[in-house]
Order: sequence, then structure tokens, then C-alpha cells
Amino acid sequence: MTTPQTLLAKLWAAHEIMQREDGTSLLWVDRHFVHEGSHHAFAKLDSRSKKVAAPELTFGVVDHYAPTRAGDVAPDIRRMIDTLGRNAKAHGVRLFDLRDPGQGIVHVIGPEQGLTLPGLLINCGDSHTSTHGAFGALAFGVGATEVAHILATQTIWQKRPKTMRITFEGVLGVGVSAKDMALHWIAQLGADGARGHAIEYAGSAVEALSMEGRLTLCNLSIEGGARLGLVAPDQVTFEYLKGRNFAPKGAAWDQAVEDWTKLKTDSAAIFDQEVAFDAADVAPTVTWGTSPEDALPITGHVPDPDQLGGAKQGQARAALEYMGLSAGMRLQDVAVDEVFIGSCTNGRIEDLRLAAKVLAGRKAKVPGLVSPGSAAIKKQAEAEGLAQIFTDAGLEWADSGCSMCVGMNGDRVDAGKRCASSTNRNFKGRQGRGARTHLMSPAMVAAAAVSGHLADVRPLLEGRS
Amino acid sequence: MSGWTTITGRAVALPQANIDTDQLIAARFMSAPRSEGYGRFLLHDARQDQADHVLNRHDRADVLVTRRNFGSGSSREAAVYALVDFGIKAVFAPSFGDIFASNAVNNGLLPARLTEDEIEMLIGEMGQDDAPATVDLISGTAVIGGHKMSFDLDPAWQQKLVNGWDDIDLTAQHSDQITKFRAARFAAHPWALPAP
Repeated sequence: MTTPQTLLAKLWAAHEIMQREDGTSLLWVDRHFVHEGSHHAFAKLDSRSKKVAAPELTFGVVDHYAPTRAGDVAPDIRRMIDTLGRNAKAHGVRLFDLRDPGQGIVHVIGPEQGLTLPGLLINCGDSHTSTHGAFGALAFGVGATEVAHILATQTIWQKRPKTMRITFEGVLGVGVSAKDMALHWIAQLGADGARGHAIEYAGSAVEALSMEGRLTLCNLSIEGGARLGLVAPDQVTFEYLKGRNFAPKGAAWDQAVEDWTKLKTDSAAIFDQEVAFDAADVAPTVTWGTSPEDALPITGHVPDPDQLGGAKQGQARAALEYMGLSAGMRLQDVAVDEVFIGSCTNGRIEDLRLAAKVLAGRKAKVPGLVSPGSAAIKKQAEAEGLAQIFTDAGLEWADSGCSMCVGMNGDRVDAGKRCASSTNRNFKGRQGRGARTHLMSPAMVAAAAVSGHLADVRPLLEGRS
Repeated sequence: MSGWTTITGRAVALPQANIDTDQLIAARFMSAPRSEGYGRFLLHDARQDQADHVLNRHDRADVLVTRRNFGSGSSREAAVYALVDFGIKAVFAPSFGDIFASNAVNNGLLPARLTEDEIEMLIGEMGQDDAPATVDLISGTAVIGGHKMSFDLDPAWQQKLVNGWDDIDLTAQHSDQITKFRAARFAAHPWALPAP
């Protein structure tokens, strides 16, 4: 009888070319995504006069610096985009550039194009590569030196991470989404709670999520310190992928589904850690501090640093000072200056639908930007009338890109301004120098927009099916 | 990258947890070519906002002592470039972001783990002052402010730092295995290739 295996163990074995005596494995990389930030890696390749080893498995996309609004593009941003174009051309890499109908955020278009598939090993020089694990792919972010190594060899040296299973059983409440599940577990376990681990998300509440929801959940794995996130592929996964551009067709599709069906943790397999949550306990959640672990239900209050112990006390005090909040105030009394909906975390069609459901027939009290996760999502949202709802509410409807999540393209939050944001990081200076970020679901961002302050989305959904 | 075995220099303490890579280097600096040096970008905003920031108070810092989850967040290797170009050769913390730690080793920067108690003791003792520090990679020990401690480091990473190995060169030795693996993988799983 064979030893019961976790999904991680199966994926690892399928990609392991060899293992060194020190336990480091050489892994085969099935898909490698590059973006403007990959210029350091291409420079390293050029300095060694090397070519991309497998250009047919390498895909480039303009996202981090993609302009989302009409107007002049700053020369350094233009240079970043042009450099990627030049590198892609020189190495024969398919590039989704700004005018390509397939353009969008790398972690949105991978699945959308059917480039992301169950059972693949996927790397990208971006920490949110964990997103693709939603398909049951072994997907993790790497740095520039490793990007250069993958370009040169189509392989990567890695030690197998430990395993952690996070289970959500039960049914999520109305107005509660995958974003809330993620902030909920990260608040419980900490921003380094899953450090060194591969997370497998399981349980009835995870199985009930759409692909969009699973992508959000896996995307945020890195914010809890995990190396990667996984959801075992199922019928929802297969239905999402069938017919997509680069997804297998015909006989290859049938064999794929047969292979993918085996990609699940055996029932008696042992995880290094097991954590379980009740889906009914997850509330619409917002962050109050400068780490994703600083998250609480919207019905809560800003914590009092004096009531926290040890190092946590100083950390909370510094966070409140940066965020301009006072201890004990109701989270729902925190006034916001602007809102942002988009990013690889929550810029998908379902996210836009949920936000639009709250915004329909209402006016935003603060300005805001909506940047769809891809050009295709933009088109779809316009066809579905969602774009009209955003603009009728007074929000700006922009092109797709990483935009205000990371501020590289010039979409920034000004110093001292407070933004309700559907993004992934409330780090100091992330959305712009001195910017104050509150993370939440797109529906909660919409609630903040129409309220002018952090707000519970649930009452705003009453009577809206 | 050249290998190394010992460091002798000055240590300073950054008493914050969760110093993410966005803080280490803000995104707006990342379009600069590395040849210009990234040291001036290190913790730029914090150093500009606080004149008495510990990195402003001392002419030199070779070793950082800091709290848990250092280098979490974005995979930007530029955070390591900023530390290295500033002159930092080793960081001591209870834990590191996984991608950061890997990037650090790829650039000759030591991410060494000490216990929470050891870190708190050092932070308490050093305050805003600097302290003499020596690090010995072979024995896995450091002496900071007169306290000798053993640090935790993956043996594979220790070897890499000592030898200054470049993975692309190492991997070249396995090119036949890689070629065979590739052929076998796509023969058994044709669906794994992007559809034409």
C-alpha cells in the first residue's frame, strides 16, 4: 500500500528532476510569466550572453507600469514598458502588450487565457503568483536572480515547504466573500503565520467558492507568509478552463481532466499543521493598521495599544500614528477620502459585479478609481452595464493594470489621504508615500464609497438579490 | 558573486516587526538601473521622516538586528539590492519573508535567525547606539555587543554564501537530466503545453 500523499507532495513529485543531498530539489517549470519588473533578470541573462531556454513556455505582460488613464506617460514608465517589449522580442517571448486584447494583470490573465492549468508549476517574479494555486497548480513568486535562472534553464532550485491545511466548513454569510476569509485567517495566525508552508484550502466553504473567489483566497496566501496556496481542482475548475485560448483541446483536454481529477490530497494524508475555521464566524472584515494581520470585523473598534502586550504594543502604536486613528474608535466612524477597486486580488468580473450591486442607484460620497483586472474584463463589464453603474455613482472607470495597488504607474494615493481599497497590502507607503490604506472586499469598498466612511455592506445589500 | 566566511563591523537595531520590502524600497525607485546604486533608497521615507533614524545616526552599518517577519511582502529583489548597496552584509531576526531570504542569499546577504529572546535582549541593550559585531558563517555564530550566539541558517544556504555559488552554473551540470525530464513530461502530459 502506498503512503497517503498531500496534493503538494503529488505536485512536487511531478516536477522534481533531481534532489541534492542537502534536500534541495531541481524543479521543472511549466509556465514562466514575466513583466516590466523582470528587467534585472533579462539584464543578467544578457550579461552572460544567454537566451531564454523555453520561450514557448514564457509569457510576458505589461501590468505593473501600465497606464490606466488617458494622458502623457512619464518617461521612466515608458522606458520600463519599452524595455520589456525589447526583451520579449529579442528572446521570442509572446508579449501581451498594452494594445493586446489579452492584456491585464499577470495573475488575472494567466487563468483567463487558460495558461494557468491544474498540475502545472508556475513561476513569476511577483509574490502574488500564489494566486494560480487556485487551480491546483504549484505556483510561487520568486526574485530577480531566480527569474534569470528560470529564463536560462526553465528550472528552479527549491526546498519543499511544509504543509498547512486551512479548512473553512459551513456557509459564508450574506456580504461575506473570499477576501474576508483571507483577512480572517491572517488576523488569527499573523502575517508570518504560514511562513515556510504551502497552504491547502479545504472545506465546504472553499468548495462553494467560484474560481474568482478561490483566486482571491490563494492570492492572499503570501500575506500570511505562505510560500503558496492551493485548492484541489474540481468541476468548477474544469468548467472555468474549458475552451479558453491556451487550454488543451480535444483528446488533450480529455486526458487533462483525467489527470487533474487525481490532483487531490489522499484522505489519510498528514499535514504539518491543521487549522479550522467556521465560515459562519467570518464577518465583513477591514484592516486598521499597516500589516494585513491588523484586520477586524467591521463591527469592531480600533484596538488600544495599551491593552496589547510586548512588541505588539509598539507595533500597534506606530500603526495608529501612521494611520491617523485613535484607540477605541468605531471602525465604522473612520472617514475615507477615496476608494479603489481593482488589483490581482479583487479585479475580476465577479468582484466588479459585487461592487456594482452595492453601487447601483447610489452615489459615491468620495472620489474613486475602478481598474478592471484585464482588458477582457473591462469589455465584459461594459457589456454587462457594470461600467455604467460605476460612472453613474461618480467613480472613474479606467484601463487595466496593477494601478493604485502598487502605485508604479502613477496611480497613487496622496500623503495623509485614506483609501478604502480592494487590494492586498496596507503597508506604509504602498499606495503612495504617506498613503493610508484600509483593505477590504470590493463590496465593502463600494459600501465605504457610498457612505463616506468604513461601513458594513450588509444593510446596503438588503432587498438586492 | 563572491563568497565570504566572516564579517567584522558595526551592528544597529531596527526595533520594528514586519518591515516589508515596500518599506525597504518604495516602488517608485525601482525603475532605476542598478548601476546607479540602490543604497540611497534603503528605508528612504522612514529615514527622511525621522532625522534621528538609526541609519541616519551612524556612518556605517554592516549588520541589522530587527524583529520578526523582516522582508515580508513583495518579491522585489531591489529590497536586497538596497540593503547590500547600503553596506549591510547580515540581518538578524526571528523570522524572514521566504522570498526575501532566498533573494538575500542569492546576493551574498546573510538572513540569520535568532530567537525572539535573543533579539529582544539585543534590541533592549543597543537602543539607538551601534555595537561591534562579528559573524562567522562556518561556525554559524555571531558576537554582537559582546554576546556570542549561534544563529539558525539552512545548511544549503550556508554553503551558497561561503562559496558564492551561482545557480545557473550549478544547473548547467544537470542539463541532460533537464532535457530528458522535459521530453518525458510533455510526452506523458501533452495538455501541459500551451495549446497552439
